[in-house]
Amino acid sequence: MQVFFEAIVQAIRLPFEGSHGLLSVILTTFEVALLATLIGFILGTPVGLLIGASRFRGRGLLITLTNTGMAVPPVVIGLVVMMLLSRRGPLGPLELLYTVDAMVIAQVIISSPIIAGLTSSAVAAVPYRLRLQARSLGASWFQEALLILKEARLGVLAAVATGLGAVVRGVGAVLIVGGNIEGQTRVLTTAIVQESRRGEFGLAIALSLLLLAIVFAINAAITWFQHSGEKAGRG
Amino acid sequence: MSRPMMLSAVGLKKRFGSRTVVDVDRFDAPAGSTVAVIGPSGAGKTTLLAILGLLEKPHAGQVYLDGAPVGVRDKAARMNMAAAFQSPYLFKASVAENVAFGLKLRKVPAAERRRLVESSLARIGLEGWESRDALTLSGGEAQRVALARALVLRPRVLFLDEPFASLDPLVKGHLVFDLARIIREDEMTTIYVTHDHAEAMSIADRVMVMREGRSVAHGPSDEVMKLPPDQWTADFLGAGRPLRGVVAGSVEGVLSIDVSGVHIHAVGVLPEGEKVLVGVRPEDVLLFDGDAGIPRSSARNRFHAVVVELKMWGVMHQVTLDLEGALLTARVSNSSVREMGLSPGMEVQVVFKATAVRVRSESSGSGEIP
Repeated sequence: MQVFFEAIVQAIRLPFEGSHGLLSVILTTFEVALLATLIGFILGTPVGLLIGASRFRGRGLLITLTNTGMAVPPVVIGLVVMMLLSRRGPLGPLELLYTVDAMVIAQVIISSPIIAGLTSSAVAAVPYRLRLQARSLGASWFQEALLILKEARLGVLAAVATGLGAVVRGVGAVLIVGGNIEGQTRVLTTAIVQESRRGEFGLAIALSLLLLAIVFAINAAITWFQHSGEKAGRG
Repeated sequence: MSRPMMLSAVGLKKRFGSRTVVDVDRFDAPAGSTVAVIGPSGAGKTTLLAILGLLEKPHAGQVYLDGAPVGVRDKAARMNMAAAFQSPYLFKASVAENVAFGLKLRKVPAAERRRLVESSLARIGLEGWESRDALTLSGGEAQRVALARALVLRPRVLFLDEPFASLDPLVKGHLVFDLARIIREDEMTTIYVTHDHAEAMSIADRVMVMREGRSVAHGPSDEVMKLPPDQWTADFLGAGRPLRGVVAGSVEGVLSIDVSGVHIHAVGVLPEGEKVLVGVRPEDVLLFDGDAGIPRSSARNRFHAVVVELKMWGVMHQVTLDLEGALLTARVSNSSVREMGLSPGMEVQVVFKATAVRVRSESSGSGEIP
């Protein structure tokens, strides 16, 4: 119990100690998580919309691919991205390995299928007749798509929150492609792994609590957004 | 005010899997007319409406708007149309935002939008309801909002898919009345899908009857209702089966038609000897006791008949009568059945006006009524 208590105290003190290293870790964590979730949203939402709201040849295959993508362990994604970005890999000349960009790429591969899959379920629940109704009032396919997303916004935001969660959890991937370089690619999760390995359990738990606080804050923001959407819906 | 448009279609076919749900050779809605598409559930009415409203693509056939071929990708054509469905399908937003949906798509300026939404809501009986949450409305209120949302666009063609099917009779009565008035005032071409032929009659001037994806009758309501082309349509419309006869003579525009030896008078112009179909709406046939003294009236058709069969028809009774070989259907209230003591085998007097009789030459074809 003692170690937990000390860790909590340490976690509270950590941000006030003005450690330059910690600030960089937190900022990198934010940068990677938000960027990967945003790009995952940009890529995953149209795919989810396509799968959930339309019928076409190859849809079954796309659903299977999305579902598989949702289940691939982050370490595997990290490994594949590392091989692609390594000096001898096809994307080697870009020299992205062990950079924040590499971490974002791996994390986008983790978040996109999750956002696509959950968005597809959310939009599939929007009644087809409601779409016909919008079409009958003059909506173009794009305006119809926007309406579908608006109607399914609770589910779509839940998809984004889950995508963010997967990004935060995807430590295996970022460790492999980022390399946990201090001041450059070190994020809270990789720092936690490192501190645990070094036996600095107190610090590791303190960093974990800090990570939890950040994730909590972001999710609180998403929940607020969800609820304000609901309220707007209720007039 | 915008001019109503003529909507027509030829050779429409739509399949779901291997099942053909719509197979309609011809559809015509003259500009400004109200066409009711009626038929039992699963007859393909809603799918036909979706095709005509350019919401779904048919597998074959072509829709024409004012004579020009149009399709689902024809946004300019779709902008002339609006629809309201059986479920109001309101969006998660306020009443005003719902009603303004189509106006926004048409880039109507905000101030003008507000004014139109306000007047449209007032017109449909929801004055001052702008800021209410659309998802908390009752069925009747929500349907009014859905109607306002379509009507505010002043469409040149309006599609209504059983808009009142899920409402209670009182609310439905008010709404049908309001809607009929607005359709008249705005001079829209209206396609009205319903399975309720009484509702269709109160609102439409043309009718198409659908069965298993096909059009079994199509023409002016009065013709279709009085002269259904076959037994199935007659039963569905609650009409008597048309009688076959021959024009025996004509005096001052009143035909005398020989139906199995019984002479029925009808208004019309047809040559003597012409083989015809004769129809009378059951509501237009009056029954009197066999020995009652019938007051003088303009009704030219007076016969003695025998009650063959009595069937319940909602709050009415449908009575099949034998006029010396010609079978005629009348509809009377349940209390009349009790008061008159109507029963099979009983002799009665049958009275109907010559103007209540519809006559069509047999050679003018069946199904498609001009």
